[in-house]
Amino acid sequence: MIAFTSHEGMVAPLDRVDVDTDQIIPKQFLKRIERTGYGQFLFHDWRNRPDGTPDPDFVLNRSEHLSATILVTGRNFGCGSSREHAAWALLEHGFRAVISSGFADIFKSNCHQNGLLPVELSAAEVAHVMASAQSEGGCRLTVDLEAQVVRDQDGWSATFSMDPFQRRCLLEGLDDIALTLQHEGRIDAFEKNRVVLS
Amino acid sequence: MPRTMLDKIWDAHVVHSEAGHPDLIYIALHLLHEVTSAQAFEGLRLAGRGVRRPDLCVATIDHNVPTTDRSLPIVDNLARRQIEALRTNAAEFDVTFYDIDSPHQGIVHVIGPELGLTQPGMTIVCGDSHTSTHGAFGALAFGIGTSQVEHVLATQCLPLTRPKSMEIRVNGALPPGVTAKDLILGIISHIGIDGGVGHVIEYTGEAVRTLSMEGRMTVCNMSIEAGARAGMIAPDQETARYLRGRPNAPGADVFDEAVARWEGFRTDEGAVFDRTVEIDATSLEPFVTWGTNPGMTVPVTGSVPRLEDATSPDDLEAMERALAYMDLKPGTPIQDVTVDRVFVGSCTNARLDDLRAAAAILDGRKVHERVQAMVVPGSGAIKRAAEVEGLDRIFLEAGFEWREAGCSMCLGMNPDILGPGERCASTSNRNFEGRQGRGGRTHLVSPEMAAAAAVAGHFVDVREWMSP
Repeated sequence: MIAFTSHEGMVAPLDRVDVDTDQIIPKQFLKRIERTGYGQFLFHDWRNRPDGTPDPDFVLNRSEHLSATILVTGRNFGCGSSREHAAWALLEHGFRAVISSGFADIFKSNCHQNGLLPVELSAAEVAHVMASAQSEGGCRLTVDLEAQVVRDQDGWSATFSMDPFQRRCLLEGLDDIALTLQHEGRIDAFEKNRVVLS
Repeated sequence: MPRTMLDKIWDAHVVHSEAGHPDLIYIALHLLHEVTSAQAFEGLRLAGRGVRRPDLCVATIDHNVPTTDRSLPIVDNLARRQIEALRTNAAEFDVTFYDIDSPHQGIVHVIGPELGLTQPGMTIVCGDSHTSTHGAFGALAFGIGTSQVEHVLATQCLPLTRPKSMEIRVNGALPPGVTAKDLILGIISHIGIDGGVGHVIEYTGEAVRTLSMEGRMTVCNMSIEAGARAGMIAPDQETARYLRGRPNAPGADVFDEAVARWEGFRTDEGAVFDRTVEIDATSLEPFVTWGTNPGMTVPVTGSVPRLEDATSPDDLEAMERALAYMDLKPGTPIQDVTVDRVFVGSCTNARLDDLRAAAAILDGRKVHERVQAMVVPGSGAIKRAAEVEGLDRIFLEAGFEWREAGCSMCLGMNPDILGPGERCASTSNRNFEGRQGRGGRTHLVSPEMAAAAAVAGHFVDVREWMSP
């Protein structure tokens, strides 16, 4: 996993609530057996018209947001399917952090596994970032995981909480399978004591 | 101290616990399918790791498989490659695999219970959000991502933080014609599609206790549609009745001992949930979703909501988007909405009871001339059992297509999809934009309501079609 310590970048505003993983990456693009190749399909049915041409009105197609690396969006982002392809697609498109007032559980876990930072702020703080990203000139933010703070260049900042273990894994880019395997003796012992009726 | 069922199952599977760290939880059963496993097996190979307990893994193919003639080659190259990858991975890592020609093939959440793999007190994972289905047996069952699939393959464990507990107590009895599907749609619209985030829901109360295992699976299946990590229902005599004699269930010599142990997982009297919600079953009606998430629901006697019903600016915007996508006018009675397609299938509603319920409505009736309707049984075993009962003939004579088992048009990864603008009454679980095909419009309903809509060509109150 790629580590996440601090990231500075432009913010793209996706001002919708309950964005489900079917929208983040539609099912027809889940047939690959690789972990790569999904960025081109991010928000496919919103970014592209039925005839395949880009929809110029969709926020991520606007020139001012093409280089954005932080996404701000409405509550309950990533609901629905468990497809990790959603996190892979966001990362491959260039996003390193997503800001929302709430994330679906499986999506959040998938972000943690891949070094994509889900930043949970209050609804008012999200509204502030959204408005700033939608304004002329846009919004540049620093997301600092070490300090658990999001700040802009005008002195606005907001803190966010995060599970301490997930935070450490992200900061150090740890392989959590290797961490679990450190407990192999305990897993052996658990299995030895387990009674299974068959 | 009295404990909830969640606590008891959790505590029974803690391999290691340490302050400031997630608990290391042992996984009793790992189910796999073709869409979310290939990268996990590849990860094992790259890291030089093996599968720790192949005997606790079971794999099948369901998402991509065609539901038409299985003797023909799969024409979609990417789908074929993904299926072949699971075939190869299962062979290489010695995992039980039910291939396309196996009598056990079916939707992974249908075959787990059917084969008796799913049992009370277990921790069960699968790279699929509808793993919550298995909670109907009093198991802690939840969907995971592909990295976690790899983690479980390598270690049979997951580092996890204990979720919060939520009791949803459903008081009273469901009125006639109101099904398990209507119950869960009613619950989702009550608590909201993110109402269960961070929680495991335990469904309790009279209306839940009297559900069959099939109905309990329908309810637990859609827990994820309320945002919950999992849903569960305490094991009882109905659970034991369902499991007795199934291939992987405890044998006759130890079955009673197993049942006694299972009942020990039930929530203790006086245990405290982090949150409790009460639902009055007697107030529920058959539901139809009108919008683009499973919380956008109206009773069949109701109408598409009006914009002034929105409770916040966010809701108003979501409502406007959904109305535009669904091409519906606010205030339209839902029974005036016509359908082009009907899909009876999915891990929510494609078990034998569901097929029987739809067939009971269709018996002696014909599908409306405008409507194209299909039944996709949840598993090969269900298909065969339905054929023994003659349900296939009822469906075929009514004008339904009778297909082979798979996920099919629930998510349209195989060739079964809606065309742009087509409107479908579907027994599946998600009505997201494009879920059943780009531009397709999905209305979630019970099997009975889907069958009635197929005949009428529009939504109808199925209670009016039922003999008293």
